[in-house]
Amino acid sequence: MKNEFQVIADLIEKDKKVLDVGCADGTLMKFLKDNKNINIRGLEISKEKVQECIAKGLTVIEGNAEKDLKQFPDKSFDYVVLSQTLQAFLNPELVLNELLRVGKKAIVTIPNFGYWKVRFHLLFKGTMPITKTLPDEWYNTPNLHMCTIKDFFHFVKSKDIKIFKSLALNNLNSSIINESNLGVKNLFADLGIFLIEK
Amino acid sequence: MNTEKNIKTLIVKKPLKLDCGKTIKDFPIAYETYGSLNSKKDNAILVFHALTGDQFVTGINPVTNKEGWWSYAVGPDKAIDTNKYFVICSNVIGGCMGSYGPSHKDPDQKIFGTNFPVITINDMVNAQYNLLDHFGIDKLFSITGGSMGGMQVLQFISNFPNKSKTVIPIATTSSHSAQNIAFNELGRQAITADSNWKDGNYTSNNTNPGKGLAVARMAAHITYLSKKGLQEKFGRKLQEREDLKFGFDADFQIESYLRYQGSVFVDRFDANSYLYITRAMDYFDLAKQFKGNLSDAFINTKAKFFIISFTSDWLYPTQENKDIVIALNSIGADVGFVEIESDKGHDSFLLDVPDFLSALKNFLDKSYEEN
Repeated sequence: MKNEFQVIADLIEKDKKVLDVGCADGTLMKFLKDNKNINIRGLEISKEKVQECIAKGLTVIEGNAEKDLKQFPDKSFDYVVLSQTLQAFLNPELVLNELLRVGKKAIVTIPNFGYWKVRFHLLFKGTMPITKTLPDEWYNTPNLHMCTIKDFFHFVKSKDIKIFKSLALNNLNSSIINESNLGVKNLFADLGIFLIEK
Repeated sequence: MNTEKNIKTLIVKKPLKLDCGKTIKDFPIAYETYGSLNSKKDNAILVFHALTGDQFVTGINPVTNKEGWWSYAVGPDKAIDTNKYFVICSNVIGGCMGSYGPSHKDPDQKIFGTNFPVITINDMVNAQYNLLDHFGIDKLFSITGGSMGGMQVLQFISNFPNKSKTVIPIATTSSHSAQNIAFNELGRQAITADSNWKDGNYTSNNTNPGKGLAVARMAAHITYLSKKGLQEKFGRKLQEREDLKFGFDADFQIESYLRYQGSVFVDRFDANSYLYITRAMDYFDLAKQFKGNLSDAFINTKAKFFIISFTSDWLYPTQENKDIVIALNSIGADVGFVEIESDKGHDSFLLDVPDFLSALKNFLDKSYEEN
């Protein structure tokens, strides 16, 4: 399991009810179910991935986060997880609001466009950056709204969303992000992980 | 129509009050079982059949000598694995494979015909509930069925919220739409317009409204397939001829196919049962039973739901299946949902659709492991 999922799992206490939005093949769901006794649900757009989840015995709903989150009642989950998908929505702000409505808390992770390798790639190669967390070409990337850790940090603050914890992830190392180290973390982390609430 | 010796029957002594107000008692429920009930009695799956199905789910149907209607899904090592699970299926009341229906005799030994009480999906499941007592099963492992079988699944878990661990409605709806009712009415009109129908008293008149019933089946059969599926299978291909004949014989393969479907159906199905069962489907509106709030139908159940629809099903389209998912999610129920890609229309659930069969198998087997 990738390190990102370990960090997310560490943010969630045992026995909680969790919705994994864009749960893919259910790796994180399975881990949370088996190791933390989490009452876990998934929402996934890909039929193939939904099948993989069913084969793991996971409860998944085939659907689209931009349309299908509205069926869940307010605060019906302790945590809603959105891993590296926010930038792929037509309207990320709307999805973020939905996550915070459905979940008492939300855990959102973003691939950091401010990561030094991304900046170097654009600066020296002059082409759209391709990294481990941004593996696609400009013409086939699902990403529509790339942002940096700094962008997301400021955005969340401006919307009066409370940040409980923000973590910078670089390979295996995670570290706390705060106002004073934001610039540095924005340069050296390839992934940002935010525990938020509204 | 029935070869009685091949039909297992439970006589329900307990009176059953029907939605129409009448009460029936001492009536037969014809059923069949596959696999064996384990000692803990926790491996039973109750399967509900669709409009023209019967209790003979899999293997060779001893009455028609044809393959059971769900042979792709049910059997040893299949999606519903009879090596592991005990499968029970019964003929719905109103049907014509041994359960109490319009071809049975009333207390005065006269064949009911249209004097049989109008029954509902609710009546069907209340009648079938007696099978649990018969087998001494406190809680089923699962209930499942497609189309009208799915309607019975929804009604069953609403009526008996603690009686099944898992619930699998397939290609179904919580309420028959105007289009659904329209197609059923077309079928009923075809039957009653046949002069051999004789106001439902064809048996005592030694006639059979076979033409009308065949037309009903032909019209309905079209709704079970998709346009794309029909086009790929038949297109404009001609039936055993080089060119058009400028007449009204079956020039096209699709015509010949539908005529065949109509003619074989007449051999195994009763016209009055067709009227009664389509009526029960039309009357089905689960939300209406709960003052318009479908969620309330499921408020008392802790069962785990898995809802399956098919992309090319235009009879009970994905959205109508999703409406059930939405109703369940809004009360925080445990519900999974998948829409299976298939060109085979509504009939997909009866056919060899590997993604469907594997989803069904995985859901059942994984849920059973967690038991």
